Amino acid sequence: MPHDHSEHDNHLDPIDARVRALETILTRKGLVDPAAMDRIIQTYSEDVGPKNGAQVVARAWSEPGFADWLAQDATAAIGSMGFSGRQGEHMQAVFNTDAVHNLVVCTLCSCYPWPVLGLPPTWYKSPAYRSRAVYEPRAVLAEFGVTLREGQNVRVWDSTAELRYLVIPQRPAGSEGLSQAELAGLVTRDSMIGAGLAQVPS
Amino acid sequence: MNGPHDLGGQMGFGAINPEGESAPVFHAGWEARALALTLCVGALGRWTLDESRHARESLPPAVYYGASYYEIWIRGLEALLVKHGLISAEEMATGQVAEAAAHPRRLPADAVAPALARGGPTDRPLQTAPRFQPGDKVRAKVIHKRGHTRLPRYVRGAVGMIEADHGGHVFPDTNAHGQGEAPQRLYTVVFDGRALWGDDAEPGLHISVDAWESYLEPA
Repeated sequence: MPHDHSEHDNHLDPIDARVRALETILTRKGLVDPAAMDRIIQTYSEDVGPKNGAQVVARAWSEPGFADWLAQDATAAIGSMGFSGRQGEHMQAVFNTDAVHNLVVCTLCSCYPWPVLGLPPTWYKSPAYRSRAVYEPRAVLAEFGVTLREGQNVRVWDSTAELRYLVIPQRPAGSEGLSQAELAGLVTRDSMIGAGLAQVPS
Repeated sequence: MNGPHDLGGQMGFGAINPEGESAPVFHAGWEARALALTLCVGALGRWTLDESRHARESLPPAVYYGASYYEIWIRGLEALLVKHGLISAEEMATGQVAEAAAHPRRLPADAVAPALARGGPTDRPLQTAPRFQPGDKVRAKVIHKRGHTRLPRYVRGAVGMIEADHGGHVFPDTNAHGQGEAPQRLYTVVFDGRALWGDDAEPGLHISVDAWESYLEPA
């Protein structure tokens, strides 16, 4: 799209102008309701995000029975907490241990478990992450400031189908006796992708 | 297809540049509109999610690598709208369109929450017995389809192990091309890092992909 630097230029980015033009066309043709668009944007800006996944992790840390359910049937266990639907239709929880650290990627696009983590961060969709996570995950983790313990293996899950993966990070030392709400506060988005660790309580 | 999207093991894209957890979900207003447009138009039901992915990966490599992610989405959406006749090439070029009544399947605001909650499950019942069992050694076939596939290049030809059987799932290779769901059994297949990267593999590395039955052969 040409960018005309006349005095009437409104200084829109070319891509911004392109999206606005498409929205106008689709709205005029009766194919899209802008109010529905607003609702979608609100959902993923305000309602659905990694706080959901943090509640799942905190509960798994606190209730062994729930952790077992999560391991057996993550879709049902997570669904029981009200987190289900688009891009979370088929969930699998993968548990970090002293022996294995899990990392999730989608090398082919940007598959990500929306109901528990919201929309993916920019780096998750970047060619750098998608190309390197399967080839040199330890080097990738180092760029996130994560150093694995000696002898800990790495397992990378490439989301090539409609299964969506949620990493259950290891419960940090010093978190004994915390409530589930306090525990959830230690669970970062990156730790549920495997690109980080849960925070240690201060 | 061996498109620009198939990035596993490619080199030269540089550092990851992690952004903090407090970074905004959308970095510009148009990103939010691009996401919402894609979902709203998708709800018209004229194409599948697999076809959407194929439209994005069919962008010329120079365009794909030069675009941010939501720009890739918008370019893919534009291609699908024209391909399926929802917008003519002339309308797309000029932006001149006549006002029309709401399409019968236009997604109204109050249907957004139920639609997102429903999602699009891809599991399907299968009558056939599984060809592979957990623990079986399998080879990812060497294929170079011109159409859509979800078998990434970096595993093709490599031997791995069946780890899990997920039952029947819609087959993207047909579903992306209007050839039906043709469900097949889906497996998690795990590879030793050395089977994929040889001596260049990091130590203690395993990688898995989710692979449909026809992507695999006994090893």
